[in-house]
Amino acid sequence: MPVPLGYYLGLAAIIFTVGVIGVLVRRNAIIILMSIELMLNGANLTLVAFSVHLQELSGQVFVFLVMTVAAAEAAVGLAIIVMIFRNRESVNVDNLNIMKW
Amino acid sequence: MNLTLIIPEIFLFLWALLILFVDFFTAEEKKHRLGPLSLVGIVITVVLVVFSGQGQAFGEMFSADYYSLSFAIIFLGSAFLAICTSIDFARERIKHQGEYYALILLSTVGMMFLAASRELLSMYVSLELTTISLFVLSAYLKTDLKSSEAGLKYMILGAASSAILLYGISLLYGITGTTVLKGIQAELVGSAFPGPLLVISLVFIIAGFSFKLAAVPFHMWAPDVYEGAPTPITAYLSVASKGAGLAAMVRVFFGSLLPVTSEWIPLFMALATMTMVLGNIVAIRQSNIKRMLAYSSIAQVGYILVALSAASELATTSMILYLLVYMFANIGAFAVVIAFYNHSGTDEICEYAGLSRRSPFLAISLVIFFLSLVGIPPLAGFVGKYLLFLAAIQKGYYWLVGVAVLTSVISLFYYMNVVRQMYFRKPTKNDPVKVSWSLRLALVLSLIGVIAVGVYPDPFVSLISKAASVFVY
Repeated sequence: MPVPLGYYLGLAAIIFTVGVIGVLVRRNAIIILMSIELMLNGANLTLVAFSVHLQELSGQVFVFLVMTVAAAEAAVGLAIIVMIFRNRESVNVDNLNIMKW
Repeated sequence: MNLTLIIPEIFLFLWALLILFVDFFTAEEKKHRLGPLSLVGIVITVVLVVFSGQGQAFGEMFSADYYSLSFAIIFLGSAFLAICTSIDFARERIKHQGEYYALILLSTVGMMFLAASRELLSMYVSLELTTISLFVLSAYLKTDLKSSEAGLKYMILGAASSAILLYGISLLYGITGTTVLKGIQAELVGSAFPGPLLVISLVFIIAGFSFKLAAVPFHMWAPDVYEGAPTPITAYLSVASKGAGLAAMVRVFFGSLLPVTSEWIPLFMALATMTMVLGNIVAIRQSNIKRMLAYSSIAQVGYILVALSAASELATTSMILYLLVYMFANIGAFAVVIAFYNHSGTDEICEYAGLSRRSPFLAISLVIFFLSLVGIPPLAGFVGKYLLFLAAIQKGYYWLVGVAVLTSVISLFYYMNVVRQMYFRKPTKNDPVKVSWSLRLALVLSLIGVIAVGVYPDPFVSLISKAASVFVY
């Protein structure tokens, strides 16, 4: 018996929510970056689950491109984090408070 | 497969690579010439965009029509003006100038694809091409603490907002079974009752786009990034990246989600109200002019959202016209800020004291740009705002227009504060502010734009209304 669609969507929603909470709660920039990857993967799982359910391939093609884009984003993100670390010896986002209104 | 339609994009992409290539063989002290070289590329691309044909390519993914044409001209225009304002700034303060210009061109390529895409996948990928280039650009002053902080904030919030947008897209795909906008519309017309899943997906999509537009309550990244990023990039961000967000958002909402307007128009109205009120009120207490312009640009998006709530043909026309007008006025204002910064190294509003005596041309230009941003006739801002509000009035949203007019009056207060500093305070120094040829070019072009569109808007309106007729309302 195949796993029903709702289970996949539920799991994807949980992964996405964990990612959102991670972005909001964690203070280490690298872990925030990882949480963003979780959010993207939640969306990917939704796309794949719907794609299989609807017997329509464009969702799976979408996922391939999202993974590529996520890799590019992570590369630029890590580069910026390295730059921040060189400037101030810390990647804690609480220390990023030069500019405040 | 009709590849001729994407010749302008391919050309601009190759030109960006050319800049990188030439950069490799150029001596350090000659690298400022890469700026004019990229300007040449943009001018050629504008010609190509105007004369390349119209039609569709790659199935339904890419469509060259009047809508993408008018947005491409806005994006290329703002890239042109931003590079004009960059040349001195980059020579003095930026290492690796070749990559700097190449990245601006690459993000412009992303925006042009974005305005032309009629399918969610190509839209997502070109949105990422745009924003990832901008992440790098906003963190470009590597040793500057503010710039690196701005880069990290922009990167985290930009990537998170893309993920939110993607989740919304994935749900929309699940509901309709297609990523082509036209197909989505056909599915939604057929379905009798929009389920809760559709509402959730709309909320995610609107939240994702609102981040890109910096609409309240998703605006918190904008002031910090605008203050920290190199000023020419701030000018570019505040016009082109907002324009890109709007281009994609209007494509999605007017191109596919019109059958379910009752689900998203209230959200647009709420966003518009919050954005106008908060943007204008918080701008009053800013002492840094870049930050003040950041809040002012947040407020400007609020006015555009007023028109978009109307979801009519006039709404699209007025949005594109307003973006054009806003491009001239905002980049012009930033050009003055950059000229002043290049000379004095500060962005504090109190340092502008007595600028009218030190440099009358800069002072009067800034006054004209600010008056256009407020919307005083006969400047272009008036025409833009008039059409935006007219679109909302046609649908009977009188209270929304009331809020918009009231907050425009508030905006006069903080713009005029700068004018007061420039004209009614004594200067602390007396040396005139030097303005180089490239900044002067940007200023003169912006002034011509602001005045021409204001005095004689008819040809612009009739051209842009062709773009608005792309959608079936």
